[in-house]
Amino acid sequence: MSELYRSTLTQLAAGLRARRFSSVELVGECLKRIERSQGALNAFISVTAAEALAAARAADQTLAGGGGGALTGLPIAHKDIFCTRGVRTTCGSRMLDNFVSPYDATVVARLKAAGAITLGKTNMDEFAMGSSTEHSYYGPARNPWNPQLVPGGSSGGSAAAVAARLVPAATGTDTGGSIRQPAALCGITGIKPTYGRVSRYGMIAFASSLDQGGVLAASAADAALLLREMAGFDARDSTSVERAVPDYVAALEQPLAGLKIGLLREFFEQGLEPANERCVRAALRVFETLGARLSEVSLPHLPLSVPVYYVVAPAEASSNLARYDGVRFGYRCERPRDLDDLYRRTRGEGFGAEVKRRIMTGTYVLSAGYYDAYYLKAQRVRSLINADFIRAFRDVDVLMGPTTPTPAFAIGAKTADPITMYLNDIYTIGANLAGLPAISVPCGFVGELPVGLQIVGPHFHEERVLAAAHAFQRESDWHTRIPADYA
Amino acid sequence: MSAWESVIGLEIHAQLATRSKIFSGAATAYGAPPNTQASLVDLGYPGVLPVLNAEVVRMAVKLGLALHARIAAHSVFARKNYFYPDLPKGYQISQYELPIVAQGSLEIVLDDGSRKRIGVTRAHLEEDAGKSLHEGIAGLTGIDLNRAGTPLVEIVSEPELRTAKEAVAYMKKMHTLVRYLEISDGNMQEGSFRCDANVSVRRAGEERLGTRAEIKNLNSFRFVERAITYEIARQIELLESGGKVVQETRLYDPDKGETRSLRVKEEANDYRYFPDPDLLPVQLEAALIEAVRATLPELPDEKAARFSSQYRLSPYDAGVLTVSRELAAYYEDVVRAAPHDPKLAANWVMGELAAALNKENLEIDCGRLPAERLGGLLVRIADRTISGKIAKEVFEAMWSGGTTADEVIDSRGLRQITDSAAIERAIDEVMAKNPAQLAEYRAGKEKLFGFFVGQVMKATAGKANPTQLNELLLRKLRG
Repeated sequence: MSELYRSTLTQLAAGLRARRFSSVELVGECLKRIERSQGALNAFISVTAAEALAAARAADQTLAGGGGGALTGLPIAHKDIFCTRGVRTTCGSRMLDNFVSPYDATVVARLKAAGAITLGKTNMDEFAMGSSTEHSYYGPARNPWNPQLVPGGSSGGSAAAVAARLVPAATGTDTGGSIRQPAALCGITGIKPTYGRVSRYGMIAFASSLDQGGVLAASAADAALLLREMAGFDARDSTSVERAVPDYVAALEQPLAGLKIGLLREFFEQGLEPANERCVRAALRVFETLGARLSEVSLPHLPLSVPVYYVVAPAEASSNLARYDGVRFGYRCERPRDLDDLYRRTRGEGFGAEVKRRIMTGTYVLSAGYYDAYYLKAQRVRSLINADFIRAFRDVDVLMGPTTPTPAFAIGAKTADPITMYLNDIYTIGANLAGLPAISVPCGFVGELPVGLQIVGPHFHEERVLAAAHAFQRESDWHTRIPADYA
Repeated sequence: MSAWESVIGLEIHAQLATRSKIFSGAATAYGAPPNTQASLVDLGYPGVLPVLNAEVVRMAVKLGLALHARIAAHSVFARKNYFYPDLPKGYQISQYELPIVAQGSLEIVLDDGSRKRIGVTRAHLEEDAGKSLHEGIAGLTGIDLNRAGTPLVEIVSEPELRTAKEAVAYMKKMHTLVRYLEISDGNMQEGSFRCDANVSVRRAGEERLGTRAEIKNLNSFRFVERAITYEIARQIELLESGGKVVQETRLYDPDKGETRSLRVKEEANDYRYFPDPDLLPVQLEAALIEAVRATLPELPDEKAARFSSQYRLSPYDAGVLTVSRELAAYYEDVVRAAPHDPKLAANWVMGELAAALNKENLEIDCGRLPAERLGGLLVRIADRTISGKIAKEVFEAMWSGGTTADEVIDSRGLRQITDSAAIERAIDEVMAKNPAQLAEYRAGKEKLFGFFVGQVMKATAGKANPTQLNELLLRKLRG
């Protein structure tokens, strides 16, 4: 049995190009690992084995002819929120259980164009609403470090798949921490780029002003490799930004000496477990030894992130999810009596409890008489949070802190009380509200469970957070650890 | 009991004449088979996003400039949320708090010839919904989303209209304007130009507005007039009999000629408007507005004023001739071909030509009778080749035969006799043949003059120049 799965995406790319192994071998090995793990991890909703092997054969031919793009022959997985032409795209919901997308999301099309091979679609919280992947119509995904625990969410399937080395990298989306939090809980690297950096076209909307596609991978270097191909202006997304994309891979080797790091005081105050704090503090000392300068930074409005988020995100979601009405695609209830019955039962039966909760919250905060008090006020506070970040970046180059307050928690532990679940995103939401690029990298373990360090950069400075993460990963080996069951 | 005053405001929806939709690349052409012009964006598929059609913005700016309105440097698209099967996304993208055009005005001409300036509160951009089809599908409702995403501009007037006639005059003027600007084809049968009317009544002299009813979806000038007239009468009757007008939405039934309640205010949706996060605010730079201004055509009021002074037409004639760019251009082409008498040209265009077009339901630019040919006919009247009476016969022949005036005149031998000697010869012959009548005339029975005119005309097959004939005949009869 080959052990290609131990290699990083970067190493695999070089190996394919040097033809030390074939894409068919690599894809075949990944498919076997997916199949063997599915019962324990439930990381995938759909696996496209036949298509993947056919693509691998084509990739091998291309590589044999000396051709190919940056990712030719490399296997990846997509979060099942990205529309994939001809492949079921469920968004983790019964509502889209039968939905086969007629088109590819821009992210999917770009990665395909660069030569990447899609092995399947990963499990997720329904419509990306959740922090544990328990709110999936297809059952919870599990944490490869301990199958009794959640992998985080909503991109929990992608995180579990990468952590268990079922695929070297996967796409995810991050609305309030949905890439960084599962990356932290699964001991891998996850980056959410600047809002507007990666096209949202074909990425099923949860909260349009916060959603951003990104990467979950084994290292910052691997994330850079994938992000370089995903990022860039897309005329089909009015909120994507027309701005040149730097070569993230080439920018990885920036020296850290003189880097000014701001420590987010508020993050160390709000509910952070001491064991997690010890890991994060130890990581910060590594940055100091690399020549970076640490200082404490306060963002006074940051503690309001969670309430602001839980007004803005549900408001947008309540409108974004109105299109699931049983008329044109997706789930439709049996034998509707009339139009009202069609709407009520289709949506009542098609959506899960958490999605309904957020639709109701969102509908409420946008209602006549409540709009000013909730939605408008939340938007104002959001501007203040954004201003806090901008002010902070006048003095420091990056901000650092923990990704989550605790390591992975048990399946079922927080489902009864939505608020405790929401608080798991307390450190990640700020970057979404302000639209900033942010990465989570493994920075230690509490017992057998990984802990994440979060690095936040100024708008459009993905290369800076990637370089900082990469420098840390050259000095540490946390990111190279693989859960025992999958090693 | 004091008299009633009615207060009317119109919301006009004009479909913008773009080739593609407001937020997708799908075509906007009318009449295609159901759902063949609906892209994934129009269908509201998961993951799709709207992208604003820049042409739509230019058209709105054009309208704003023509209405002397404020063009917003910053306007915002919002989502209007409600469920309906022909509304694919579950929300309509529309402008709400910050429309692209605000505070304009439009001048109308009242029946007595006086002018009235009607305020335009705002004009905003939005997408149209699809259509529900209830016919021909047993027990089911069909959805056609071809129209979904068609760009509309909604133009909201101040409640400054006072009669159904004023409302019609305002709507007609707006219709003229959007067609001048070439931002809408104004086709009312196809629903490209329609309106909602807000109607209320109050005692004359009362400051406060009465409770209003909104009449939805009026798609002809006649319906606007009838629906408003009916609604005013209904409200007055209701109030005078001690009842109260309730705020509601009503529909006009053209077959019965009445309005009926569709839903009352309490049943109205809470649309939960909020800024659409998928679209950035529309930022307009002064340079763009100026560039659009440079493309503005001569507008109806300017053109009518010019016609009045340049061609010495009455304000009424100038108004009629400038109701569309095509008609005005046709008229000016006629005048170019026959510059001697612009008033005569106006009479022919508004008279014979308009009647002929009307009869066959043709438009002025149908090409049936080119302006140069009508001008050619007028030249023959001016140079006295034919009389005005004969000209009508020539016109008929030109209209049905597709020929020039000269061809008709020559082939039918209609050339007018202007040779005095020839006319005198004909008079002499008639006088010689009718000695009795001549004697009576000379004895004082002057009304026999008409008899002699008729006889001479008969002898010359109607071709004698009437003025000359009158002059010569009078002289000869008097001896």
